[in-house]
Amino acid sequence: MKVAVCVKQVPDTWAEKRLKPEDSTLDRESAEGVLNELDEYAVEESLRLIEAHGGEVVVVSMGPERAGETIRKALSMGADAGVHVIDDALHGSDAIATSAALAKALAGRGFDLIIFGSESTDARMSVVPAMVAERLGLPQVTFAQKVEVGGSTVRIERQTEYGFDTVEAALPAVVSVVEKINEPRYPSFKGIMAAKKKPVETLAVADLGLEPAAVGLGAAWSGVADFAARPPKAAGTVVSDDGQGGVQIAEFLTEQKFI
Amino acid sequence: MAEILVLVDHSEGSVKKVTFELLTLARSLGTPSAVWLGGGADAAALAQLAEYGAETVYVADSADLDDYLVAPKAEALASLIADKAPAAVLIASTAEGKEIAGRVAIKAESGIITDAVGVEADLTATQSVFGGSTVVKSKVTRGTPIITVRPNSTAPEAAPAAGTRSDVAVSVSDAAKGARVTGRTVAQRGGRPDLAEAAIVVSGGRGVGGAEGFGVVEALADTLGAAVGASRAATDAGWYPHQFQVGQTGKTVSPQLYIANGISGAIQHRAGMQTSKTIVVVNKDPEAPIFELADFGVVGDLFAVVPQLTEEISKRRG
Repeated sequence: MKVAVCVKQVPDTWAEKRLKPEDSTLDRESAEGVLNELDEYAVEESLRLIEAHGGEVVVVSMGPERAGETIRKALSMGADAGVHVIDDALHGSDAIATSAALAKALAGRGFDLIIFGSESTDARMSVVPAMVAERLGLPQVTFAQKVEVGGSTVRIERQTEYGFDTVEAALPAVVSVVEKINEPRYPSFKGIMAAKKKPVETLAVADLGLEPAAVGLGAAWSGVADFAARPPKAAGTVVSDDGQGGVQIAEFLTEQKFI
Repeated sequence: MAEILVLVDHSEGSVKKVTFELLTLARSLGTPSAVWLGGGADAAALAQLAEYGAETVYVADSADLDDYLVAPKAEALASLIADKAPAAVLIASTAEGKEIAGRVAIKAESGIITDAVGVEADLTATQSVFGGSTVVKSKVTRGTPIITVRPNSTAPEAAPAAGTRSDVAVSVSDAAKGARVTGRTVAQRGGRPDLAEAAIVVSGGRGVGGAEGFGVVEALADTLGAAVGASRAATDAGWYPHQFQVGQTGKTVSPQLYIANGISGAIQHRAGMQTSKTIVVVNKDPEAPIFELADFGVVGDLFAVVPQLTEEISKRRG
């Protein structure tokens, strides 16, 4: 079985994120770049599937040069090879262009499963897996809290508001996984050393058969008109509980007409 | 006036509140038409859509829309967009809503904006990003704006309209029938509202101390008719199911009232709740960063404060 796992480098989850005034894109330089947390679950799930069924895992990422660190991280966890979609022309791409570039990078490589984290912690749109499925004409089995492969079928439990739906598709298929599907492994020292020698192919926009003008900020189908820091919240009232704390909250809620 | 399509969010035949919010918002942009995909569009449901201003209700009733995941709904909506050429399409910003929107945007060669908290008359959308720290105004520059809107962004207001039913023929391609829904499992829901659309959310974190500690959180929630949320510390520890996690890697909520109990307020959690209109905090650590967000906070033991609050609310309601 051949599994592609798509990962994204994002600013550290704990860092304050901001937009750059000059082009309203995310300032990726001011914070440490990390493997998107939800993608760690995708990498782990890919490795587990290969451990159970045999095959290989290819890490696919689109991003600037430093996104290579993220590919290495996934390789150090145990993935076999990497594909880095890298081109200055991609800067500022919206989800539409990102899905186009990823779909081109993924097509024709014989992947049985293409696995994503269900969203990135920076843009948080949660649309790229569905868009890639749309572009490749593949079934999407997304928001999985459990993934099982049997023969030529993938079956998932799709997390819903109050439980889950069971969804089945024939391979090849696009999967996205939610947090808690598994416990991602830490790279071992051996894994980190081995990752340095694993092959990473780089693909530019021209290699994908896309026009540079079809991707990037200029080609986006939506644009930021304006942005501003949220005005700070006015300080509220904080009291120490003197045995009447609950009653005091009830009084506040009554004033605010919640009771 | 320009037609605005509103995708109806419905489950088991009942229309979710967010749909009435979207219809209310759509009235400020043009003439709303509701789009019902799948079964269950009975007279009562249609009457509700009319009550909130749907001039027309397009009904695409086919089992294929319910039996296969997302792709058939995207096909049906995209074909309606091609047919009606609306000025914009509004969809609830839920997991499925965003997936439908994403696929429709590609099919309709249109820009997409997700997680809007407001849309102006010129279709400029407001988003609250990076955990609510930045407010962004964006506009779709190509095709039909496909905008997903977060629940609780608009107060639903009734404004009766015709609500004329218009049945739409559906033919779902084989390609869209790739992912079949073979079962639906509903865990105990306890009659609480959906976390994403609840007007009040009561949540618990590390300070709750264990699964059994959530009892006081749930009791307060039930007194207020609220949904229950949990911080990542609580869901990671297995004290509360993961789908109730509020935060950067969980759900983003923006209720009228958010009551945080025993939650320190790391950025991971704040990112999921800091746009709540009113925030009440109970925490024994006076240094907890969550107090920076509090409209009203009590430094104290939640196991004393919360039950007292629950009892006091019951008393005041008589």
